[in-house]
Amino acid sequence: MNPIEPTTETFAVEMKDITLRFPGVLANDRVNFTLRKGEIHALLGENGAGKSTLMNVLMGLYKPNAGSIFVDGKRVSFNSPRDAIAAGIGMVHQHFMLVPNQTVTENILIGLDEPKFVLNLKKYDQKVKDLANQFGIQIDPTSLIWQLSVGEQQRVEILKILYRGAQILIMDEPTAVLAPQEANELIDTLKGMARQGKSIIFISHKLNEVTAVADRLTILRKGQTTAEGITLGGITRESLASLMVGREIIFNLHKQEQAAGNVVLELNKVSALNNKNLLALRDVDLCLREGEILGIAGVAGNGQSELVEVITGLRECTGHILLEGKNIANKSPQASIAAGLAHIPEDRIGVGSAPNLSLTKNVIMKNYDHEPISSDWRINYTAADLRAKELKEQYKIQAPTIETQARKLSGGNLQKLILARELSSKPRLIVAMQPTRGLDVGAIEGVQELLLEERTQGSAILLVSEDLDELLSLSDRIAVMYEGEIVGTLNQKDADINTIGLMMTGSLRGDSSCSPEEQTTPAQASAEEPTSEQEAVTTFTEPRQFDRSKIVPMHRPFMESKREDKQTDDEGGE
Amino acid sequence: MGLRLEFQKRTEDHPKWLPAATSIGAVLLAFVISGFILKSVGADPLYIYSYFWTASFGSWGSISDVVVKATPLLLIGLGSALSFKMRLWNIGGEGQFYMGAFFASMVVLLPMVNLQTTPKIVVFGLMMVMGMVGGALFGFIPGVLRAKYNINEVITTLMLNYIAVYWNNYWIFGKYSDAGFQMTKMFPKVAWLPRLADYAKQYKFFSGITLHAGVIFGLIAAVIVWIILNKSRWGYKITLIGDNPKAARYAGLDITKNIILVFMFSGALAGLAGMAEVSGVVHRLQERISTSYGFSGVIVAWLAKLNPVAVIIVSILFGALIVAGREIQPSGVSFLIQGITLFLVISSDVLLKYTLRIERTGKHSKSIEPEAALTEEAK
Repeated sequence: MNPIEPTTETFAVEMKDITLRFPGVLANDRVNFTLRKGEIHALLGENGAGKSTLMNVLMGLYKPNAGSIFVDGKRVSFNSPRDAIAAGIGMVHQHFMLVPNQTVTENILIGLDEPKFVLNLKKYDQKVKDLANQFGIQIDPTSLIWQLSVGEQQRVEILKILYRGAQILIMDEPTAVLAPQEANELIDTLKGMARQGKSIIFISHKLNEVTAVADRLTILRKGQTTAEGITLGGITRESLASLMVGREIIFNLHKQEQAAGNVVLELNKVSALNNKNLLALRDVDLCLREGEILGIAGVAGNGQSELVEVITGLRECTGHILLEGKNIANKSPQASIAAGLAHIPEDRIGVGSAPNLSLTKNVIMKNYDHEPISSDWRINYTAADLRAKELKEQYKIQAPTIETQARKLSGGNLQKLILARELSSKPRLIVAMQPTRGLDVGAIEGVQELLLEERTQGSAILLVSEDLDELLSLSDRIAVMYEGEIVGTLNQKDADINTIGLMMTGSLRGDSSCSPEEQTTPAQASAEEPTSEQEAVTTFTEPRQFDRSKIVPMHRPFMESKREDKQTDDEGGE
Repeated sequence: MGLRLEFQKRTEDHPKWLPAATSIGAVLLAFVISGFILKSVGADPLYIYSYFWTASFGSWGSISDVVVKATPLLLIGLGSALSFKMRLWNIGGEGQFYMGAFFASMVVLLPMVNLQTTPKIVVFGLMMVMGMVGGALFGFIPGVLRAKYNINEVITTLMLNYIAVYWNNYWIFGKYSDAGFQMTKMFPKVAWLPRLADYAKQYKFFSGITLHAGVIFGLIAAVIVWIILNKSRWGYKITLIGDNPKAARYAGLDITKNIILVFMFSGALAGLAGMAEVSGVVHRLQERISTSYGFSGVIVAWLAKLNPVAVIIVSILFGALIVAGREIQPSGVSFLIQGITLFLVISSDVLLKYTLRIERTGKHSKSIEPEAALTEEAK
């Protein structure tokens, strides 16, 4: 190995010629990376480009096959994250590692030698508070983790690292789980920390965010550095994107004007409780037509998940949900599927797929009981494999074979697999929740194109997203949710980010008419329903008289975990 | 210079032969380690192992004994494998076995049919059905508790084992005791499963061979379980629910129903094992008909990595250990080998997920020499 070369500057971190070989893959190929003191350095790249691998090398999780790492000018070799933490490096992972039933302070103290035996929580609460104030982080040290929003939980993770004396922070796609406002707050916090001398590595594949936060950036593509420590002056988004994916990205989607057709989905005074038995949906009225994309905007946790679960049959509710005229409220997921519903769930690994099963077994998840996949009691795996091969080809799912386990796919390919399964069933209604979250630029484009294609084919699409740009470019109409209510519906032409932002925070209410052209009266809808159902409706005319006993939260014992702890199995990595 | 072992996560699928290879390797290693332990207490491991061999596979008689012992293990192992596939930890095989034995015996003890006039095939056909009903009932209880109320099945199945044993004891001590002994009267011949020894008159060779028809149930059950898991819709549902219940619910599967069904099926197989034991081996209901077959069945299922065909092989291996164990003092030797085998086979799974990397570390442990690192597909 080379002796330490004289450098004009001592970097906080310097990684030289890092090479890491996995069987058959060169995950990092002579990657160079430098981090100045007090800067925010963005590490940009598609999924599978080797960003996380590089950071895992820095954290001591992987040993590089070649290359050297210097921290503060001193050569280091970490055997485990413990060594890295001791050297002042900390990482905030995408999936938080917090104990839901403990307080903020308790979570921060986990695993530390101090306090030794007696725990004087009050003293440490103060310590945590002081540390938070120093960096301008808003948090109550005594609150329990489960009471916190995702953004607040992330702050706890950051504090955890700061408490351990980290000078260098690695943020792994920190904004992927945040609402726009929260993301802005986070960026402010990070900038403040940088001013106070902390060095921050910001992993991301969102271009606009990187340009907002980073001082310099390094771009990886297929394990190699395509841009090393460049500053942002004069660089366009397009050129960044091409450095990232190696080809030009079209930022303009081809969305054609088209008239919406018949009503496919109609919600009538739908109310539901969330997992904590609190009212999460209040008298939601919605309607959605053929060939139309209805976007649902809102800060996370304002009833979007519950709305999706109610429509897909995963949660009980009151009121009416008509899919092609059939009431699917409080029926099983199977009833919704049979009525022509496709569901692209938010949690791809935890809900949308069976991670340890093959591509084939994942593809047939919803039509395993139909011809030609099965006849009577048997499953024809030859036919199933054939189908998997077709879909793999058609949707360009990149996987070695159809025998490959779903968990080994990258995020984008897993989403393609789910889309392939859902869209190939020729659905009447597609409910897509955060379909592009966590995907890289290339994959996002693919997913959005697919949704638009389904729109052209005449499917009705309910698109829930926290990415307002996405909603504005894809939707025909946008409904904004706030505290379980639809506070307004905007036509895409009249919608702008400011209005939506105000509605999302509940400071503005709009008109929530069902559709510009044609209004379906509730009377029409309920006329098709049996009388017993009508009684249920009448008890709901007064929203404040919500009878809790009517809706039991869908308690499925087999599903132990709550929605908050969406534990995703990270095995297999990127 | 020192050596350091490091596990690295496999990034590619392991080769298809690897699970079988690691299992066989683990079994062999278990014998080696047991050998050292035996040696350390002054015994001659090679002599013991060769004695093991002759005691279990040395003659047709002993082979038949091995298969007789393997039969309940096979049936319970299959049932366990099916429930484990769905990540239901049914460890109530013991209780389901006893209930199967009890229900089957009721056909004779009540009696449910006229034992003088009813044809043999109907009698033990009815016993089979009753045995499976008994086992399924003791699968149904924890199944419902788990599916509807999310009560941990490990606790319920474990506790139900005791209930089944003492329920059985109550009837054999209290009501049907044979002259105060802890057993019922011998069943009439009509309730005996056919044995090879029954045909000793025609074929001299079969005399003393106790092998009974129960083993056929076991083999048929293995085929059925294999078909269920690999060919059927139900098997697909079981695998899907086992791998990700949330995804299964999202795909529209009825999880509650399937939990209960799997529990009942698993219990029915254990119940059938109980029936085979009373009707094929002891010919009466008595105390301690099971030498903890229920628990060994769990081990068998794991050693076989939940593969029905492998369950056949492993249960024969375990049958051999039981038979040979009877002839060796202390009898703990066979349990020693069993325990070490289970431990090693389960730990060998690590090699399916990780590759072993042997790294030479120099004196300057601070600076690693990655060039010198060898990657090795361990084993």
